Amino acid sequence: MSFKDSWKSLLLMLVVFAAAFYMPLSSERFQSGVTESLHLLQEYAREHVILCLLPALFIAGGLAVFLKKEAVMKYLGPRAKKVVAYGVASVSGSILAVCSCTVLPLFAGIYKMGAGLGPASAFLYAGPAINVLAIILSARVLGIEIGVARAVGAVVFSVVIGLLMHLIYRREEQERSAGFQFTEGDDSQPLVQRVIIFASLVGLLIFANWGSPETATGLWHGVWSMKWVISTVFAVLIGTASVLWLGVKAWKIVLVAAVAAGASLLDAGALAAFGLGVAAFAWALATSEGEGSRWVEETWGFAKLILPLLFVGVIVAGALLGRPGREGWIPSEWVEAAVGGNSIGANLFASVAGAFMYFATLTEIPIVQGLLGAGMGRGPALALLLAGPALSLPNMLVIRTVLGTKKTITFVSLVVLMATISGVLFGMIPLEVQL
Amino acid sequence: MRIQVLGTGCPKCKKMEEMARRTAESLNLDCTIEKVSSINDIVAMGVMSTPALAVDGVVVLAGRLPDETELREILSR
Repeated sequence: MSFKDSWKSLLLMLVVFAAAFYMPLSSERFQSGVTESLHLLQEYAREHVILCLLPALFIAGGLAVFLKKEAVMKYLGPRAKKVVAYGVASVSGSILAVCSCTVLPLFAGIYKMGAGLGPASAFLYAGPAINVLAIILSARVLGIEIGVARAVGAVVFSVVIGLLMHLIYRREEQERSAGFQFTEGDDSQPLVQRVIIFASLVGLLIFANWGSPETATGLWHGVWSMKWVISTVFAVLIGTASVLWLGVKAWKIVLVAAVAAGASLLDAGALAAFGLGVAAFAWALATSEGEGSRWVEETWGFAKLILPLLFVGVIVAGALLGRPGREGWIPSEWVEAAVGGNSIGANLFASVAGAFMYFATLTEIPIVQGLLGAGMGRGPALALLLAGPALSLPNMLVIRTVLGTKKTITFVSLVVLMATISGVLFGMIPLEVQL
Repeated sequence: MRIQVLGTGCPKCKKMEEMARRTAESLNLDCTIEKVSSINDIVAMGVMSTPALAVDGVVVLAGRLPDETELREILSR
C-alpha cells in the first residue's frame, strides 16, 4: 500500500475523527443548530418537495426534451440580428441552463463561433440565475417578490452587462471562424402542442401551490377555494395531451387518474393524491416509447443531479443559520452586521461573497432563506441571488480560459457592480403588497 | 478508429466515457479512446452541449447520453 494513493482518504478520516472528537455536544448553540437543521429539512420535505419541486423537475425535464437547443441557438449564430441575439441570450438561460456544466460550453460557443462577446456575456450572466427550477423554488420559498425580482433583474442586467462588455471591447472583436453548425433535429411536433403541454404544467404548478389568502373573501380566496378543481383540470389536460401527442397508451393515463382520484376519495390528503399521481404519471411515461420516455429520463437526470445537492444545502443552511426567527451556529448579530439593512456596503458584501462562493444548483435558496431569517436585508438577498449562481471561483477559472484574464476581470466586476446596484434599488422599493 | 469523449467533467460526461470504454471492449474494437475536456477544444469541434461523442473526428452524438443499444450501433458502424 502506498501513501500516495491513500492520503486523501486518510485526511478525510482524520477530519471526521477530529470533528467527532471535539464536537461541542453540550453547547446549547450546537444543539439548536442540529435541531434547526432537521426542522428545516422537514419543512422542505413537507412544504416544497411534492407540490413544487416535483412538477418543477418535470417542467425542466420537458423543456430539455421538447425544446431543441438548435432552435434557440439559431438566434445566437454569427449572422443573427444583434437586438434579437441579446434578447434571446438573456431569456434562453431559463430554458437551456440548469447547471454551469451546460452553460459554459454554450457560452464558449456563442463567443467563439456565434453572436460574439456581448450576447455571450449576457447568456453567461442570465443563464444560471433564471433557470426554471431556480425561479420556481425562489418564488415558493423566499416569496413571490424576490422570485420575480430575481427573474426580471437577471434578464435586464444581463442585457446591460452584455452591451457594456461589447462596448468596452468593441475594438477587439475578432473575426470569428465559420459559424457553428447544428444538425437539424427532427422537429416534427407542432409548436401549439408544446405550448399546451407546458402551459398546463405551469398552470398545475401555480394552482396546486396557491397559498391561502389572509382575507376570506375576494378573488384570491375564490381561486384558493377552487385550487384543487383548477389543478385537476390542468392535470387532465396534461394526461390527454400525453395520450394524443406523446404516444402514451390511454389505459395507462386512465390508471394514473384512478390512482390520484382513489387517493383523494380515500381522504389520503391532497399531498398524497398529488404525489401518487405524479409517480403513476412518471411510470406511464417511462413505459411508453419515444419522447414520453425521454421526458422521464431527463426529469430523472435532473432529480439525481439536484436533489442530493439540495438535501445537503438545506442541512448545512439549517445548521448554520437556523429557520427564520431562530438561531443556528452563526449568531444573528453577525449576519445583521454584515448584510443587514440596505446600505451599499451590505449589498456590496453580499455581491462579492456571492460571486466567489460556489453554490451548487438551487442550494443558494435555503442559504438565502436562512440569511433572511437571521436578519439579512431584502436588497442584499437579491444581490446575493443575482451574483451567486452566475459566478464562482472555479467557474471564473474556466471563463478565463475562454475569455482571457482581462475580460474575465471586467465581467466579474460588472456582475458585482450590477448585483450591488440592483440590490440597493430592490431594497428601496417598499413592498406592502401581499399576494 | 479514434473515439473521443467530449465533456468538461460533469457526471454525465464521466458516464459517457465509461460507457464508451465498456462498449468498445465488448465489441472488440481496435480503437483509442481519449477524453477532450478543454472547453476551447470542445467548442472548436462545433459542440456546445456536452456530453458528446466523436468518432474519427466526426461528432456523432451531442447533448445527451445514449442508451446501450444506440451506442453499440454507433460504434459498430
